[in-house]
Amino acid sequence: MADASYPDDLKYHTEHDWARIDGDTAVLGITWYAQDQLGEVVFFDPPEVGTSITAGSPYAEVESVKAVSDVIAPLSGEIVEVNDGLKDSPEQINEDSYGEGWLVKIKLSDASEADGLMDAESYRQSLS
Amino acid sequence: MSITENQLHADPSIEAHELHPQRSAVIETEQQRDHAKTIYEKSKPGRRAFVAPELDVPKHELPAKFRRAEAPKLPEIAEPEIVRHYNRLSKRNFDLDSGFYPLGSCTMKHNPKLHERVAALPGHARLHPLTNPKRAQGALELMHSLQVALGEIAGLPHVSLQPSAGSHGELAGVLVTRAYHEDRGDFRTKILTPDTAHGTNPATVTMGGYEVVKVGTNADGGVDIEDLRAKADDQVACLMLTNPNTLGVFDANIEEIAKIVHGVGATLYYDGANLNAVMGKTRPGDMGFDIVHYNLHKTFTQPHGGGGPGAGPIAVSDRIEPYITKPQVVKLEDGTFDLDFDRPKSIGRLRGFQGNFGVFVRSYAYILSLGGDGLQEASELAVLNANYLLAKLRELGVTDLLPPAYDRLCMHEFVLSGAPMKRELGLKTLDLAKRLLDHNFHPPTVYFPLLVEEALLIEPTETETKETLDAFAEAMAEILREGAEDPEIARNAPYGTPVRRLDEAGAAKRPVIRQPL
Amino acid sequence: MSRYTSATETDRQEMLAAIGVESIDDLFADVPEGVRLGRPLDIAPGKPEQEVFARLRDLAAKNVSAEDEISFLGAGMYDHYVPALIDSILSRSEFLTPYTPYQPEISQGGLQVMFEYQTAISELTGLPVSNASVYEGPSAVAAAGWLAHTHTKKTKFLVSESLHPHSLETLATTSAGWGTTIEMLPVVNGLTQLDEVVGDDVAAIFVGQPNFHGAIEDIAALSQFKGSALLVVQADPLTLGVLRSPGEDGVDICVGEGQTLGNRLDFGGPSFGFFAASQALLRRMPGRIAGETTDVDGRRGFVLTLQTREQHIRREKATSNICTAQALNALAGVIYLSWLGREGLVELGELLVSRTHYARETLAAIDGVELWHDQPVVREFALKLSKNAHEVVEFCSARGVNPGFAFDDNGLLVAITEQRSKADIDRLAEVLKEALA
Repeated sequence: MADASYPDDLKYHTEHDWARIDGDTAVLGITWYAQDQLGEVVFFDPPEVGTSITAGSPYAEVESVKAVSDVIAPLSGEIVEVNDGLKDSPEQINEDSYGEGWLVKIKLSDASEADGLMDAESYRQSLS
Repeated sequence: MSITENQLHADPSIEAHELHPQRSAVIETEQQRDHAKTIYEKSKPGRRAFVAPELDVPKHELPAKFRRAEAPKLPEIAEPEIVRHYNRLSKRNFDLDSGFYPLGSCTMKHNPKLHERVAALPGHARLHPLTNPKRAQGALELMHSLQVALGEIAGLPHVSLQPSAGSHGELAGVLVTRAYHEDRGDFRTKILTPDTAHGTNPATVTMGGYEVVKVGTNADGGVDIEDLRAKADDQVACLMLTNPNTLGVFDANIEEIAKIVHGVGATLYYDGANLNAVMGKTRPGDMGFDIVHYNLHKTFTQPHGGGGPGAGPIAVSDRIEPYITKPQVVKLEDGTFDLDFDRPKSIGRLRGFQGNFGVFVRSYAYILSLGGDGLQEASELAVLNANYLLAKLRELGVTDLLPPAYDRLCMHEFVLSGAPMKRELGLKTLDLAKRLLDHNFHPPTVYFPLLVEEALLIEPTETETKETLDAFAEAMAEILREGAEDPEIARNAPYGTPVRRLDEAGAAKRPVIRQPL
Repeated sequence: MSRYTSATETDRQEMLAAIGVESIDDLFADVPEGVRLGRPLDIAPGKPEQEVFARLRDLAAKNVSAEDEISFLGAGMYDHYVPALIDSILSRSEFLTPYTPYQPEISQGGLQVMFEYQTAISELTGLPVSNASVYEGPSAVAAAGWLAHTHTKKTKFLVSESLHPHSLETLATTSAGWGTTIEMLPVVNGLTQLDEVVGDDVAAIFVGQPNFHGAIEDIAALSQFKGSALLVVQADPLTLGVLRSPGEDGVDICVGEGQTLGNRLDFGGPSFGFFAASQALLRRMPGRIAGETTDVDGRRGFVLTLQTREQHIRREKATSNICTAQALNALAGVIYLSWLGREGLVELGELLVSRTHYARETLAAIDGVELWHDQPVVREFALKLSKNAHEVVEFCSARGVNPGFAFDDNGLLVAITEQRSKADIDRLAEVLKEALA
């Protein structure tokens, strides 16, 4: 597991989720802090492509050996892709939480919601 | 400090070769080479233990369409090797007859040996459950006597023995609650459970078709009365409570709680996991509970069997009685016993036949052996042992790093928090538990209740001696002393067990739950 | 002082002093005055072991067990021989007295037994996933209903009229709060009728194999019509050496009563229920599951796995509220299957088929006896009698032969085990003939 890091190009949600926004789509995942709290991830239960998710509401679950955690959507939209690689290697969520450990890709329904998210600096402060 | 050769020799529970694989003087026994081989791996075509009775009728075959083409790949093995295999496996288990097992909330008290003998009497063991009640009078009398005794202990007169386990009893309780309300045309949607509840409570509520609403805990470890008042409305069907609760605390506000719950027309449910604290002292029925489940495998000494069997009868008040399961064992006016199926408002049956009768035999024998006075004494000594162990841990300074979650007298169990130990020594509760294994103690329940950080829930039970409690407290103190010098020892414990820490994450990621054959 | 506790008067005084209270009563200070019992329990004083034994022995002697009569009672539990090595192994305290294996390092025996058991059940049922056992048969059927309902999110259960009545009743009771309905599938000449694909509102179809009336169902044919519903089969595991495995016929969940595998009758319990399913349902399974792994030194070991399904972690979102298996009874099951072995399971099944067939032909030849259905049977069959079956059972029982289970007014269900010889069957025929004359 790498050291704590919170890349500057991402937006953060208080429930420890990140979003990489690119035009009208965004890739979502959980932060280094979230995966550290959870411990070794053993299973990711993704939503189906095509389902709508709502900012602030759970859209998936991640499991460690003895905990289950809801994953909260930082932004609203429709799932266009899920990270199938996590089926065989859920540990990517721990090892590369901002890269290979991404969870889903969504088409945004309200791009302005991004204004309500934190930048890396504010998120880092919120943790301390 | 690190582990030295001397210590290894001094502590025979530590297998030297595990720490020093290069040591050639250690002989690997056959049993070790045989390590974790399954019975399938000992199979060889042509071996057998079973010899079929002679075919004394003309041979008949099933139509080909229904016949199995290839037999299931069961082991092929003769009796001596089956016996050795399972005897070897048994030696890889820790058990209550071999040592102290202070697993909180599980009431690991002694299992009297008489009980196995009486349960195995052919009149019990070979009695078919569909035998006409006229020819099963002994069994029905036993069940009726057990019902009467359990009813007296709970202070609730009507007992259904049918549920198969505590969780099954909970489900029965939720279902009779539903039947009770709906019979009056009252359709409710929610059930309250404290945030300290056993996980079975909320899981049962969902399976019963209700929504779970959590009630908070106050500073004394009891129900937060204001929170309860705020959440108790006419949509609430029931409050499920354990008293003493999972923090080992008797909720002194129980009368007030009952008043609030009954005030909104809901039922009050007693999770009997902790009944061992209060027998003969106070009764759920007298506290205002409508429904109680018993864990016969906890309070009434059914051996736990490595995780079952158990039994989870329920007792209910008069207003709930019409709804309990059928059939019910009843005593007729002529003094004989029968199964009553004519119960029009009953929720029906929750399993086949009449329940885990073999468990009833053992529990009834236990109640006969102890009697009313003995049951009361059992609870008194369970509470005495718990409080003494806590006092001893205080005396040895263990509570400096593992303070009680609620610093007061406890009932039959108590919770420590390992948070300061984690902070000061860098040892988690899990590490402490694993190091206890090297001291040949079963660790307490860990990480429950969820409310307490790094929780350790300790229930010694009444059947342990003062000497055992002292030795356990000393072991706890020793682990902390050792941890202050070298926390790595506990972090890597255990050492002397058949296997060491196991890769649970790997098991969950890529589950191998049967052997490929 | 009770014989199961050790606190002497001196111990008590020392312990109270260490706690800092005067008396044991002081420890109960939190119990409000208003709810204290304030009197002794109205239960007779404790008795010495000898007297308790005598009382239990006297009660047992009032029962007429399979030891005392020639019994053809079955209908869900069967009087099979339990080999002596099961008694011997189950009486070992290392199996009898531990709790659930929460500490895997000191529970390898129990965990490995679970793994071996799961393997055996998976082999028998032809399904890849088995848990470590559940309470017993009918509640396993209800548990399959809950799984099907939560997995498919559908609300209708189709139940064969020939499913064991206890299973139907248990499903109905358990599902009272689910918003589901139960519809019956008719049975004609012993077989469950289904001739078109079920509606897309159906969560599960429930069928017995063999069914309650002893008939072998054509599971492969039924499974063609399951549509998007799950096909749940309640099977008798002891027949699965000779009958096609549910897995190869498209069954999604196979459950059943495990008593026939090395467990005593015990007037109905404890025994165990088995629960096996297709791979797709792995994370929906109720109950404990053991899995293989390795320890830090690379040694093979076993742990409870996929625990996030369970109540102690997922709480109100758990796949079930069950927390225990029936570990000791399942151990009896896996020892029994090892004792029978691969060939023995088939040989025993074939013996049952032949004797059952003989019994059915012999009894059907009696005046006043008709077959309930003429489907192939394995170990049990239903007859239609010309007289009230309950009275017939009474008549025969008084002559030392319990002819079986009376159902409806004139139905008799006759079960055969390897303990019922040709001579026993012939004796039954004699008595039955007398009863119907």
